[in-house]
Amino acid sequence: MMNEVEQDRQQVIKVEHLTKRFGHFTAVDNISFEVYKGEIFGFLGANGAGKTTAMKMLCGLSKPTSGKGSVAGYNIEKESESVKANIGYMSQKFSLYEDLKVWENFRLFGGIYGVNDKEIGPRTDEMLAQLGFEKEKNSLVSSLPLGWKQKLAFSVAIFHEPKIVFLDEPTGGVDPVTRRQFWELIYKASDRGITVFVTTHYMDEAEYCNRVSIMVDGRIDALDSPRNLKSIYNAANMNEVFIHLAGGSNRKAD
Amino acid sequence: MLKYLIEKEFKHIRRNKFLPRLILFFPTMMMIVLPWAANLDVKDIDVAVVNRDHSQLSGKLAEKISASAYFNLSSVSESYNNALKTLDKGDADIILEIPEGFEKSLVKEGNAKVLIAANAVNGTKAGMGSAYLVSIISDYSRELNNQTITRGIEIVPQNRYNPAMDYKKFMVPALMVMLLTILCGFLPALNIVSEKEIGTIEQINVTPVGKFTFILAKLIPYWLIGFVVLTIAVIIGRVIYGITPQGSLFTFYLLASVFVFVVSGFGLVISNYSNTMQQAMFVMFFFMLIFILMSGLFTPVESMPKWAQIITLFNPMKYFIEIMRMVYLKGSGLDALTRQISALLGFAVLFNSWAVLSYRKSR
Repeated sequence: MMNEVEQDRQQVIKVEHLTKRFGHFTAVDNISFEVYKGEIFGFLGANGAGKTTAMKMLCGLSKPTSGKGSVAGYNIEKESESVKANIGYMSQKFSLYEDLKVWENFRLFGGIYGVNDKEIGPRTDEMLAQLGFEKEKNSLVSSLPLGWKQKLAFSVAIFHEPKIVFLDEPTGGVDPVTRRQFWELIYKASDRGITVFVTTHYMDEAEYCNRVSIMVDGRIDALDSPRNLKSIYNAANMNEVFIHLAGGSNRKAD
Repeated sequence: MLKYLIEKEFKHIRRNKFLPRLILFFPTMMMIVLPWAANLDVKDIDVAVVNRDHSQLSGKLAEKISASAYFNLSSVSESYNNALKTLDKGDADIILEIPEGFEKSLVKEGNAKVLIAANAVNGTKAGMGSAYLVSIISDYSRELNNQTITRGIEIVPQNRYNPAMDYKKFMVPALMVMLLTILCGFLPALNIVSEKEIGTIEQINVTPVGKFTFILAKLIPYWLIGFVVLTIAVIIGRVIYGITPQGSLFTFYLLASVFVFVVSGFGLVISNYSNTMQQAMFVMFFFMLIFILMSGLFTPVESMPKWAQIITLFNPMKYFIEIMRMVYLKGSGLDALTRQISALLGFAVLFNSWAVLSYRKSR
């Protein structure tokens, strides 16, 4: 039943047997999955399970050792520049320019992605209004608290209306209220049709996703909606599901 | 795309508390101070004269030495051992011993001997000092000969293009080379490594910005700054040292831009292989030392051992220092510099293709 519904929807990410080895270490081990348009896809796993490596391959930052994948309809290996033009990316490390002002960061990344010069200004104001950040337009990013920076980085990542936005632990080190607000931003983006691919360590956040995959030692050991996962593993919440699966890991956490 | 990136680079430079000041202050200080300091002229050499002759002629020789701008007569004694003691203590740099019977043999036989002993701990001072002293003495003997009979061969040295052998004229063009190397070669490279360290380069790598565009956006601001600073240096050279390029300014700037292209490429290659500032700084420091010491900036390449001369062939700075001195002092045109220009062009192609090939957006 679920499958039929999914097949009607457009696949925006399709991965088959994707593998990445560094020397003798297999960071990502033969993973396959699809992500559909407008979906919020949670990409879970313990530290060192291979999430970031997998995500970097999808974004064209890292070349797969074997297997293939397509993102937004482009081959991740051969057409990585076209992939890049159609995605937004927010890395684990906070990555806006600290010595640029808020509006200057919007202008820079908007310009890089080819947003029309005249449109950048009004769209920046609009985005800041949504965030309630109008007053900080001329502040240097370095002067803002972490939670604000993260929300800002997300807004910059979706400024050019990408088809998919990749978020690598976007809420790390952020307080629960700000995390809640951050997820509201994610929902708004998803409502506009932007597919959200997000990694997280917070299991309450996993519950907000449409579907989640759980990576253990470079493999995807489970992939379903949070509700189905809980019933399969007979768990009260996602925390129990995660501990059940990731507890069997042979890999040391980093 | 390029426009936004260049805009960003200028904002970075302007917001940096240190960099804009450094960019203006450092070259200005370098141009104002170093030509005076980096001077191989030797002055104020202390001479201890051991006059054992007590004659009119020996007294005149001592007088002539003390009258020269290069020498101070530190002591006149009668024993060589006393003079040697002053040399030990550092009160004298050179001993001139005029032996007994100096005047007599000069008058009777037409020649006489003197002894020069120099403290060679400071090699330059000893060498140059002895040479000056010899030239004063031969001057003196010429004067004496003129009064009697003229003979022997007279050598009249003439230093072309830098008639007064002014070391400042030598140094000013060479300092400009160092300025360009640091501003256009090393600063943009360090800037790229710092983006690697902070992690922002990953955010750029995940955008459609091409590697060529990214690199160009890093270089263009420093190229502009480099030429502004070069112009300041030319003006300082003219105002303070009265040194103007003898060749055309167009040739000067044209060849400077070729060199800038070489050092930019070189810096980029280093930045591509460095993951931390520390690493990049150390590698740059290493090459900067080799480039400078093997460029002919301080010591002539011709007086290096053969193997070192071969190494200098791979030093782009050597060629550009030659070019600068030739354009600045001799007024050479492009046709006289084909060897140096083709070497620089070769380096430019090599380093820049290497830089573009080794820059990876993904790994």
